[in-house]
Amino acid sequence: MDFGLDKKHEMARSLFKEFAENEVKPLAQEVDETEKFPRGTVEKMQKLGFMGIPVPKEYGGQGCDPLTYIMCVEELSKVCGTTGVIVSAHTSLCVDPIMTYGTEEQKQKYVRALATGEKLGAFALTEPGAGTDAQGCQTKAVLDGDQWVLNGSKCFITNGKEADVYIVIAITSVTEDKRGRKKKNFSAFIVEKDAPGFSFGTKEKKMGIRGSATYELIFEDCKIPKENLLGPEGKGFPIAMHTLDGGRIGIAAQALGIAEGALDATIAYTKERKQFGRSIAAQQNTQFELADMAAKIDAAKFLVYRAAMAKATQKVYSVEAAKAKLFAAETAMDVTTRCVQLFGGYGYIREYDVERMMRDAKITEIYEGTSEVQRMVISGALLK
Amino acid sequence: MKIVVCVKQVPDTKGGVKFNPDGTLNRAAMLTIMNPDDKAGLEAALRLKEQYGAEVTVVTMGLPKADEVLREAMAMGADKGVLVTDRVLGGADTWATSTTIAGAIRNLEYDLIITGRQAIDGDTAQVGPQISEHLDIPVISYAQDIKIDGDYVIVQRQYEDRYHELKAKMPCLITALSELNEPRYMTPGGIFDAYDKEVTVWGRADLKDVDDSNIGLNGSPTKIAKASDKVRKGAGEKIVAQDAEEGVSYIMGKLKEKHVI
Repeated sequence: MDFGLDKKHEMARSLFKEFAENEVKPLAQEVDETEKFPRGTVEKMQKLGFMGIPVPKEYGGQGCDPLTYIMCVEELSKVCGTTGVIVSAHTSLCVDPIMTYGTEEQKQKYVRALATGEKLGAFALTEPGAGTDAQGCQTKAVLDGDQWVLNGSKCFITNGKEADVYIVIAITSVTEDKRGRKKKNFSAFIVEKDAPGFSFGTKEKKMGIRGSATYELIFEDCKIPKENLLGPEGKGFPIAMHTLDGGRIGIAAQALGIAEGALDATIAYTKERKQFGRSIAAQQNTQFELADMAAKIDAAKFLVYRAAMAKATQKVYSVEAAKAKLFAAETAMDVTTRCVQLFGGYGYIREYDVERMMRDAKITEIYEGTSEVQRMVISGALLK
Repeated sequence: MKIVVCVKQVPDTKGGVKFNPDGTLNRAAMLTIMNPDDKAGLEAALRLKEQYGAEVTVVTMGLPKADEVLREAMAMGADKGVLVTDRVLGGADTWATSTTIAGAIRNLEYDLIITGRQAIDGDTAQVGPQISEHLDIPVISYAQDIKIDGDYVIVQRQYEDRYHELKAKMPCLITALSELNEPRYMTPGGIFDAYDKEVTVWGRADLKDVDDSNIGLNGSPTKIAKASDKVRKGAGEKIVAQDAEEGVSYIMGKLKEKHVI
C-alpha cells in the first residue's frame, strides 16, 4: 500500500499550487467582498485545461484522472473556496454525467466545448420544495414532436447564469405501482443557456463562497431539441444520484482545501502573534490544537484521495464518496472554527482569511447532500 | 527550425541554501526550480515554435534528479529532453560545464541555441557564451526580444539605458533574460504526456569531441576557496557632477574616506 503520490501527480499539484498562489489568492478577498463571479480567473483556467482535467483527450480534455482533478479543486480551495466550487460543479456535475451517459454526438458537441473551456457547465436538481427529498421535484418535461417542453423552476444552482450548459432533472411521466401508489419518473436533459423559455430568477446572497453565482432557474415552456435527453428516458433519478456521488468527491476536496488553507494561515499567525511575552505557538494549547487539526486533515485527505481513486477504478463508489464528504466537510467546519479561535479577535475581522474560510466551510456540510444524507448513505450500506 | 534550449535545475532560494563541506552546493538537500532566465529562454523558444514552427529540444546537465526540470519543460511544450549526467562530470565549473554541454549539443541538429543569461546559483553568465565559443557560432547575449528573418535572427540586446538591435546568421546562440517574457504555466495533460515520454540520458561516453582534461572537478580551473551566503549591497549613490574633474575629485574623496586608497 502506497500513501505517496507519483511524480506526475506531484508535478500537477505544484502546477495547481503555483496557479492558486499567483492567480487566485490575490483576488480571494475581493471576490468574497464584492460577490463578483471571478470570470477572469475562470478564463485563465479554461485556457490551461483546468476545466477538463479528467476528460479523455479525444473529447478535448487533458486525459488525466479523477485524482488530478481532485487535487486541482483542493489547491484552489486552499486559497479561495469560490474558485474551487466553480471547477467542481462544472466538472463533476455537468461534464461527468454527459461523459458517462451521453451519446457520442452529445459528447462531441458538449463535452468538447466544456472541457476545452469554450463553455461553462452547471447542474440543476434542487427545487424550493425538494432538497434532500429530491423525489419531491415538480419541474416537468413533455415531449412535443421534436422538442421537449420544460416547465418549473430550480433553485440554489451553482454557476447559475454564468454557465452555458445545464443538466436539468425533470419529471417525464407519472406511473402507478401495483398498489396504486403514484411514482414520478425523472429524466435528465441538457439545456443550453439560450434555449427559448429559459431564464434566471434572483441571485442568492450567501454566507460563504460568495463569488460563486447561485441562481434560480426558471423554465416557462422552455423548448429544447428531442436529442438533448441525457441517458434513457425515466432514468433521470439514478443519473442524478450517480452524478452526485462524483460531485461529493469534488466538494470533499473543496472542504479539504479550505481546512488546509486555514491551518496554513494559522500556523504562520501563531508563530508571529505574541502574548505574555512569547509567540502563541509556544503555548501548549496552541500546539495541541494545531496537532489535532493536522491529524484530522490528514485523515480527511486519505478518505478524499481514496474516493478519487475509487472513482477511477470502480463502477460504484457511493460509500467512499459519502465517507469522504462527510468527514472532510465536518473537518473543514471544525478546523476553520478552531483557527478563528486561535486568531482571537483578528479571526473575526474580514481582513483575515480565516474569517472567510469559516464562512466558506459551512456550505460543504450542506450542498450536494448534507452530512445527514452522507450518514444515510453510509449506514444504508452497512445495514443492507 | 530546430531549437536547443539549455536549462538548469537550481535551488529554490525561498527554501534556503545548503552547502557541502567543500563549499559546493548540496543540491540534493534543497528544493529546486527551473532557473528563471532559462525558463524565459524556453518560453521564447516555445513562442518561436508557435510562430514559425520548430522542434524544441531541452538539454540539462546535473544529477539524475534534474530529469524533473526536463519533464517540466516538456509539460510546457518542449518536444524532447536530454539529460547529461555522469559521476565524472560532477563539480564542474563554467569551463567544464560549457565543454560538457557543447559535447552533448554536437550530437544534435540545431539552428538556434537559447540559454538563460545566468543561473541564480552561480550568477556567472559565462556558460552560454562559452558554449558558443566551443561550437564556433555567434552569440548574442541579454536578449529582450527575438525575431526570425529567413536564415537570420534579429535580437534586441539589453544595454543599461537602451538596447542594441543585432542580426546574426543562424546557427547562433542567444542568452535570454527573465524579463524577456512571462513564461507559461504547464498544463495538467502536458504533465501526464511529459511523464509518458522518454528522456534521453547521456553520460561521459556520449559526449562528442570532449577531452577528459576539460570535464568534471578535475577539468575545472576554478577552485572554490570559501562559500557563504551573499551579503546584501546598499542602494549605492549616483553622482551628479558638472564635469569630469568634479566627478573624479568627488569619487577620490569618497574612496579616501572609506580607506580604499
